[in-house]
Amino acid sequence: MSPAGARGRLDVNIKQKSFRAASGGKLHVLGELVFSLRSGELAALVGPSGCGKTTLLRIVAGLDRDFDGHVAIPAHGTLAMVFQEPRLLPWRTVEQNVRLAAPRASDAGLEMLFQTLGLEAHRDHYPGELSLGLARRVALARAFAVKPDLLLLDEPFVSLDDALAARLREELAELVNRRPVTTLLVTHNVEEAIGLADRLLLLSIGPARIVADVAVARPRAAHTPAELAALRHEIARRLNQPFSRENL
Amino acid sequence: MGMRLVSLALLIAAWYVGSQLAGARLLPDPQAVALAIVDEARSGALAFNLGATLARVAVAFVIAMALGSLIGLIMGRSRIADRLGDPWLIVLLNLPALVIIVLAYVWAGLTETAAIAAVALNKLPIATVTVREGARSLDHALDDMAQVFRMGAWTRLRHVVLPQLAPYLAAAARSGLSLVWKIVLIVELLGRPNGVGFEIGVAFQLFDVTRILAYALAFIAVMLAIETFLVQPLERHVARWRPRPA
Ligand SMILES: Nc1ncnc2c1ncn2[C@@H]1O[C@H](COP(=O)(O)OP(=O)(O)OP(=O)(O)O)[C@@H](O)[C@H]1O
Ligand SMILES: [Mg+2]
Repeated sequence: MSPAGARGRLDVNIKQKSFRAASGGKLHVLGELVFSLRSGELAALVGPSGCGKTTLLRIVAGLDRDFDGHVAIPAHGTLAMVFQEPRLLPWRTVEQNVRLAAPRASDAGLEMLFQTLGLEAHRDHYPGELSLGLARRVALARAFAVKPDLLLLDEPFVSLDDALAARLREELAELVNRRPVTTLLVTHNVEEAIGLADRLLLLSIGPARIVADVAVARPRAAHTPAELAALRHEIARRLNQPFSRENL
Repeated sequence: MGMRLVSLALLIAAWYVGSQLAGARLLPDPQAVALAIVDEARSGALAFNLGATLARVAVAFVIAMALGSLIGLIMGRSRIADRLGDPWLIVLLNLPALVIIVLAYVWAGLTETAAIAAVALNKLPIATVTVREGARSLDHALDDMAQVFRMGAWTRLRHVVLPQLAPYLAAAARSGLSLVWKIVLIVELLGRPNGVGFEIGVAFQLFDVTRILAYALAFIAVMLAIETFLVQPLERHVARWRPRPA
């Protein structure tokens, strides 16, 4: 593999992760979780609520070091994350929030980013003045502005209206096509996962394990109904245990 | 504003009535005090003494706030530092101001350094405790965000930590300012050759209530001005991001 390829590689090798519950006992959240992403690969983590997706992202981001196993993220690489909630600095404007996280972003680059995300009119607003949907877009802008080598997205498109979510998915697809970035995308939405990812990692609940690793044949291209049906069928076949079917 | 003026007028009226009842020796009337202030101002003594006191207040306040904030931040963030520092804090908090002042003068002589150190030391533990409370309530979610985006130490301090501490710093500054100037007067009374506290000491020996009131009022006016034109605008500036209630 080329050096550039090796640089963006993500290796996750988690033996197990548990939390000490406040009441005493131990909560075994992640089981054995082993997977790798090639440089520039976008994998969607799909799993039921509470199965440990955020916990996994926090471990990958280096925010939680209390687990068995190890994780190798792209060396010297920059990292960006869209948390499950926006996590903006309430005392800084939209533009300052983005610039503080991405001090090297160019004016022109930010201009374009704000335009595509429909944030032009809100650059000087404080987060307290934004709707949740707008705040989520700022969090996305912040993550994209960094031009990261590893991008972690924790359900970035929830609580946006359908049209906007669709536009932002297209935007993400385009950004990734233009400049491939190793990405872990957490989502509940299988449709979204199929539309964006190179690979789907389906997680089981308690403790989380990968129950299926499904490749998407032509990632980020329009899929025909027949292809979609085949993919769904494949997912259903690979799931060897009960799994939320409402999205399948 | 109107109500404030009414309140002020009532105060002066009550003072006037009180002086008529108690006699000018115990409580001179407002006019006599006003004339005394003008007299002291003409001779230059008022400006000189106010200046000396204000300089001590400023230096002691800045030292105590800076050190107290730093120690409070460290104690709020590190459990070991908190355990180590806590007994010291409790001792300092419970040491009477007078004891600290007298010991400072005994150990370091009747010097400016001793005076300022004594005042700063009196204020330090309160600033520390207040800022420690703020540091304990810092938002971990924002810490995580700053870490993920690899923000530098300075950026984190300035844009993530300090804005969260601002209300605590403001509270410490407010209570600190009024505490510091009261203690500065005592320090001046006991061991300095100038300043408002010194003048009041002299006036006390001469039983000159007019002069005591003249200096006290002049100084309160200065502190009110600082509060109105410095502290409040600063607080408004720091809180500008908070959504205003409709
Ligand atoms: N700090 C913590 N202490 C104890 N338990 C925790 C902690 N964080 C998460 N958990 C538990 O770990 C499990 C997984 O949580 P996690 O937030 O990773 O789920 P998730 O897959 O992201 O869920 P969702 O889709 O609802 O966001 C949950 O049962 C949760 O209660
Ligand atoms: Mg989650």
